[in-house]
Amino acid sequence: MTLHRGRYPVAAMKVLLRNPRREVDVEGPTTVAALLGRLELNPESVLVICGDTLVTRDARLADDDVVEIRPVISGGAGS
Amino acid sequence: MKCRRCRAPAVVDVRRHNAAFCRDCFLHHTREQVKRAIAEHDMIRPGERVLVAVSGGKDSLAAWDLLRELGYDADGLYLGLGIGDYSDESGRYARAFAASRALELHEIDLAGDYGYDVPGAAYATRRAPCGACGLSKRHLFNQVALDLGYDVVATGHNLDDEAAVLLGNVLRWEEGYLGRQYPVLAASDGFVRKVKPLVRLGERETAAYCVLTGIDYIVEECPMAAGNRHLGYKELLNALEDRSPGSKAAFLFGFFERAHPRFEDSAREERAELRACRSCGAPTTGEVCAFCSLRERATVGDEQMLAAVIRRKR
Repeated sequence: MTLHRGRYPVAAMKVLLRNPRREVDVEGPTTVAALLGRLELNPESVLVICGDTLVTRDARLADDDVVEIRPVISGGAGS
Repeated sequence: MKCRRCRAPAVVDVRRHNAAFCRDCFLHHTREQVKRAIAEHDMIRPGERVLVAVSGGKDSLAAWDLLRELGYDADGLYLGLGIGDYSDESGRYARAFAASRALELHEIDLAGDYGYDVPGAAYATRRAPCGACGLSKRHLFNQVALDLGYDVVATGHNLDDEAAVLLGNVLRWEEGYLGRQYPVLAASDGFVRKVKPLVRLGERETAAYCVLTGIDYIVEECPMAAGNRHLGYKELLNALEDRSPGSKAAFLFGFFERAHPRFEDSAREERAELRACRSCGAPTTGEVCAFCSLRERATVGDEQMLAAVIRRKR
């Protein structure tokens, strides 16, 4: 999906979300905290991976970054 | 953000400690938290053999890795639960981790070794799948540890898991469960010691540990756990934590220090009533232990389902 401002396409970062696995385009640049806010995700419940490293919530993300938002909550109260 | 220890650029923030860390200092932080939990609760003594309950997820693989890093003699046990592709994939992660570090991984396959799987047991007993899963794990991890001469069973339960369980137990005032909820459960007749060395780490920290050390784990959630009560408690607690960092740790550690002793008698009374299961010999309060009862109903259920299918085909 390409984001548009009016008729014109704008650059967007690729954001991979999990459970279920899907990819969304988000207009940048932005910070990790703002990105999570925009996606209505609790920062306590996810890690943000940019390229091949983790990033803190004040990190700036550029238009051409590839970002994974990985959930960290797991369900079993089992063993 | 800068690393609290060395002032290098940080990669992980841990708000409950009001701190951020670079990779190396974060790994130091996780090891220190595990060392502290083990020492505080006298979890593992020198020379003891540890069996780690391994699921292929972040917590159990991090627990196994950290125990080995800290010099403990720790092997793994993976239990195949028969939950379709999820079990196939989680088993692959557990085996790959063990192979990459030349560690010993024992395996049990519920269907092959005991004649039932978790979805079948849930169907046959009308129990939630997580109940049948937890019951099978508790019984079999303990049994294998006894059979193979391990002193301790270690699980990957982390601060978030324990805080969510505590919330559930408090909401229902489950006195027996509250008496048993502790980072270490002492060994007794028919039970090996059970320990939770990750109890001082949140699950965001265990996930970060895996990412930063290159441990591949199954990220997908168990399809049977989706929407369960435990996940709901975690979401509530994380909403609190986001507003007030440190809430989960204060809730859990405050319980251990100030409230747990008040419930210990309930757990002691339950243990005093235990006798041997007439089927497998495991400690139980009834004639037959919960595991044997589950297994019997689940395998009978399978036969009944098969008979029903055959009848329909005729």
